[in-house]
Amino acid sequence: MKLTPSAEQEQFAAALHAMLTEADIPAVARQWAADDPAPGQALWRQLAELGVTGLAVPARWGGLAAHPADLVVACEELGHHALPGPAAESIAALPVLLTALGDDALCETWLPRLANGEVIGTLAVPPHVPYATDADVVSLVLRADEQTLRLGVPGPRLRSVDGTRRLVEVADGALLATGPAVGPAIAHALNAGALACAAQLLGAGHALLETTLRYAGQRTQFGQPIGQFQAVKHQLADVAIGLEFARPLLYAAAVALADHPSTAARDVSAAKVACADAAQRAARTALQVHGAIGYARESGLDSWLTRIWALARTWGTQSWHRDRIRTALATGALT
Amino acid sequence: MSPVGTMNLDLDNETRAFRAEVRSWLATNVPTTPLPPVETPAGDRAHRAWERRLAAAGLSVVSWPTAYGGRDVSPLQWLIFEEEYHRARAPVRINQNGLFLLAPTLFTHGTAEQRARLLPRMARADDVWAQAWSEPEAGSDLAGIRSRAVRTDGGWLLSGQKTWSTRAARADHAFGLFRTGVDRHRGLTYLMFDLRAAGVTVRPIQQVGGAAGFAEIFLDQVFVPDADVLGVVDQGWTVAMSTAGHERGLSLRSPGRFTAAAQRLVRLWCQAGAHAADPGLSDRVVAGWIAARAYQLHSYGTATQEAADRTPEPPPPPGRADRPAQTGSTALRGSGHAASMTKVFWSELDVALHEVALDLLGPYAEIGGLPANSAGRADDAGDADAWLDGYLFSLAGPIYAGTNEIQRTVIAERVLGLPRDRR
Repeated sequence: MKLTPSAEQEQFAAALHAMLTEADIPAVARQWAADDPAPGQALWRQLAELGVTGLAVPARWGGLAAHPADLVVACEELGHHALPGPAAESIAALPVLLTALGDDALCETWLPRLANGEVIGTLAVPPHVPYATDADVVSLVLRADEQTLRLGVPGPRLRSVDGTRRLVEVADGALLATGPAVGPAIAHALNAGALACAAQLLGAGHALLETTLRYAGQRTQFGQPIGQFQAVKHQLADVAIGLEFARPLLYAAAVALADHPSTAARDVSAAKVACADAAQRAARTALQVHGAIGYARESGLDSWLTRIWALARTWGTQSWHRDRIRTALATGALT
Repeated sequence: MSPVGTMNLDLDNETRAFRAEVRSWLATNVPTTPLPPVETPAGDRAHRAWERRLAAAGLSVVSWPTAYGGRDVSPLQWLIFEEEYHRARAPVRINQNGLFLLAPTLFTHGTAEQRARLLPRMARADDVWAQAWSEPEAGSDLAGIRSRAVRTDGGWLLSGQKTWSTRAARADHAFGLFRTGVDRHRGLTYLMFDLRAAGVTVRPIQQVGGAAGFAEIFLDQVFVPDADVLGVVDQGWTVAMSTAGHERGLSLRSPGRFTAAAQRLVRLWCQAGAHAADPGLSDRVVAGWIAARAYQLHSYGTATQEAADRTPEPPPPPGRADRPAQTGSTALRGSGHAASMTKVFWSELDVALHEVALDLLGPYAEIGGLPANSAGRADDAGDADAWLDGYLFSLAGPIYAGTNEIQRTVIAERVLGLPRDRR
């Protein structure tokens, strides 16, 4: 029984945190949103050097074959820093999808290059993920539906509330796989993408809590820091509680993905629901405590707010995830 | 970089064997009809007898050292014991104030003589303990305590009034803080006293729902020997607060209670047919299950970490100094103040689970369960008023052991580092 991060995982997170702190992510994100993806792509190559992009890739294809909990640790950091780019797609869902399909030719073509950072990938999985994030600035675009996997042909770009999420409509391209193996592989990919998404939400929620605590300690009104008012304190306490109790669900979902396939869907959904709820509470409270300055773009809060608004509803809506839990509970209780 | 770690939720063989042993013993020994209410004379006798059976089987205080009647099991195994205990719907622990509040304080601050004298009797419920913290004018503001302890030959004379004392109506002894000096916090002493001593008057208080679950205690020159001072004179606040986490955190309301309640709720929801009928209720059942699972997993993490903390660990990794470590679960371990987060979480979870259950029961909520012979009635719904009793009990949770308002302030100031209130 082990459900807390190991010393190695702490060190991995610390290394990633140091690297991302060093990079000027707000500037990189602005450039990414403004059609200059080069600095962001360079940052992704640094992620590859740290091993992040190879975590979910099997050793046979040049990856680290890491435990899903390591993916959680990494994605929490990426969310904490609001890194631009298709993290849930390229780091989690795509490697899991290609691996699960078991087509050696496909794996050989893409997995080593996803792992070593040469390729960033994305995919659309309608209806959960209707657009392919960043499809116009990455080199692998897939489109998966229930029974088939195809290359995706990027079409018009749509404007996301999060300017760094370059949402692109994708049309069907060349058929890559079809048949009974595809559905389960896509289901695996959805779980992996949802887990990565949940981890980013938790990290982003923590970032907002930390930023808001600093602000509440500095901003003075009525002759005292606003963080001294109970009305503010209690809201921030609730944010902390929400984040604190979402994390164990995230790690348990990672464990289920690794070891307990029969509860994986239920546990991933519980993690996604709890992390999205906790992050949205953090976002709402961060904005309220900052007041007008938080509503102004110059505060920089919007990087996390808009990311949370987007991620909370993609890779499965809250309703869809709750429904998966409902089904699992009803089945379990009635059998 | 190499693959960096593994996690699992699988119990080791020893813990699995322990779970099996506990489950098997409870299956054989838990009374098939519920005991009379613990507040009644018959219930008091029955619950004490139950504790003696538990103790005889070596299961009353599994986490204590063997010298005092325990089995010295790990924190994780204690959680497993609690899961099984609640799963089996075993009787309420009549001595929980002693076991979960006083005992941890005795282990930390008591003398060897006190431990040897008090703990084995507590483990067998030979002595049942009540808590005596609150006073009419000292509730949330606990340091406003006015009951006094005045020095006398060989001990102290207690005078004043305590109230909301859980279990005091029928308990043998009580523990609490008494004023021994003028300083608000450094003028309090932790004392244990005999509820049958001369000068003690106990008046039961009926609670919402009618049970006399707590009482007022009037003290008039009650003698307490020096041997029953716990910790240092005038340091009682520190003594009490150092183990306050036990009341707010895992031990008083162990995760097993909520795990079991969530499972019963899911069964009720399915058997009532509501899982197919009402999406709104279903969402609340799902939300309750998620929260109960979160608390269970969180406590596993805490227990695992506590066990790891018993062995020396390497220094923390560099590079995280610029982040408030307080907000991560691992950083919160072992902190009495982090227990405030746990207390808010479980107390509100408990209310929510029972509210959903009552809504599922609809017009049968006021009798506490589905009527006998109804189609949706669970096989194990023998105690028809369980949900109602549970609801009434849960409503006290956000109030006792420091109201949730106080806890949120503690979290903001001590865990998150916000500036202190003017109070």
